[in-house]
Amino acid sequence: MNQERGLTLIAKTVTRISVWLIILYGIYIILHGHLSPGGGFAGGVVIALAFLNVMLTFGHETVTRWLNIDFLHDLEPASGAMYLAVGILGIAISGSFLANFLSKGTLFNLVSSGNILVLNIIIGIKVAMGLFTVVWTLAVFRLYEGGEE
Amino acid sequence: MPVETWLIFILSFMLIGSIAALEIKDLLSAIIAVGVVGLGVSMAFLLLQAPDLAIVQFLFEIFSVVIMVRAFIKREYHQQSVRKDRIRKTILSIAALVAIFIFSINVFKALPPFGKPLMTTAQYYLDNCARETGAANIVSSIVLDYRGYDTLGEVTVLFGAILGALTILRLKPGKQSNEEEER
Repeated sequence: MNQERGLTLIAKTVTRISVWLIILYGIYIILHGHLSPGGGFAGGVVIALAFLNVMLTFGHETVTRWLNIDFLHDLEPASGAMYLAVGILGIAISGSFLANFLSKGTLFNLVSSGNILVLNIIIGIKVAMGLFTVVWTLAVFRLYEGGEE
Repeated sequence: MPVETWLIFILSFMLIGSIAALEIKDLLSAIIAVGVVGLGVSMAFLLLQAPDLAIVQFLFEIFSVVIMVRAFIKREYHQQSVRKDRIRKTILSIAALVAIFIFSINVFKALPPFGKPLMTTAQYYLDNCARETGAANIVSSIVLDYRGYDTLGEVTVLFGAILGALTILRLKPGKQSNEEEER
């Protein structure tokens, strides 16, 4: 543990516990997007804020070592492609783009509403990874002054 | 109290916040004032019974305030210089605002009363959404089922924005190429 980077030991200890609760809350919001207010966008931002919390507390070097950054970068366009793939599956199965081809289920159940749950999860991954990528790039980015030569 | 009173209160609060954000000399205080305006928007959405929008607005406000503070906190342009001819510009903009207000009085008269929309599309969604999509949250069913193509466009916009940010921010001069593995 490098104590000179980031915030104090108190903030680090609290963050070490609370970040998992924040990520869990984001997953809850994503999975219950078709039942209660929230959904993919809101849950994705919660997860991205959890990563931002870690980055502010521990510094971006620790996050770079902790997470597989390249995989997260690839996950972001891959989830966009998955959204498109679900839409094209709708053409193949049900005859129209983004058709709701899965079973509807019973109202107010967790596994219901067919495609909406799947698309919520995909959008959650997309938003979380996209915002995290932007924040990580802003943290690592250093401004080089031009015209030195 | 009716909801319009609370809305007027929050809107005036947001107006004060935005004027403060423009007029405060210190950049950090201006960022905080912008955050106050965004939280006011979130409260207005909550009062208008749109909790989905309120949650997203609240979270994005936190996100953007953190990013703005992180981006501006150690820069040299922390203090804003005072412009010269601000009285003339203030008079000009106030005159333009008054003119626009006078011209748009007829539009205000033609507006439907608060809470009585002219469009009847929403009633169709309220009646049929639970049966047709199986989702209890009507907003989610509209966003991802009835208007799924629109959401695909939003996802593409987000992808394009992130692509642009990454493209600009990863640029490095050629002579620093020994630090390339940091990226």
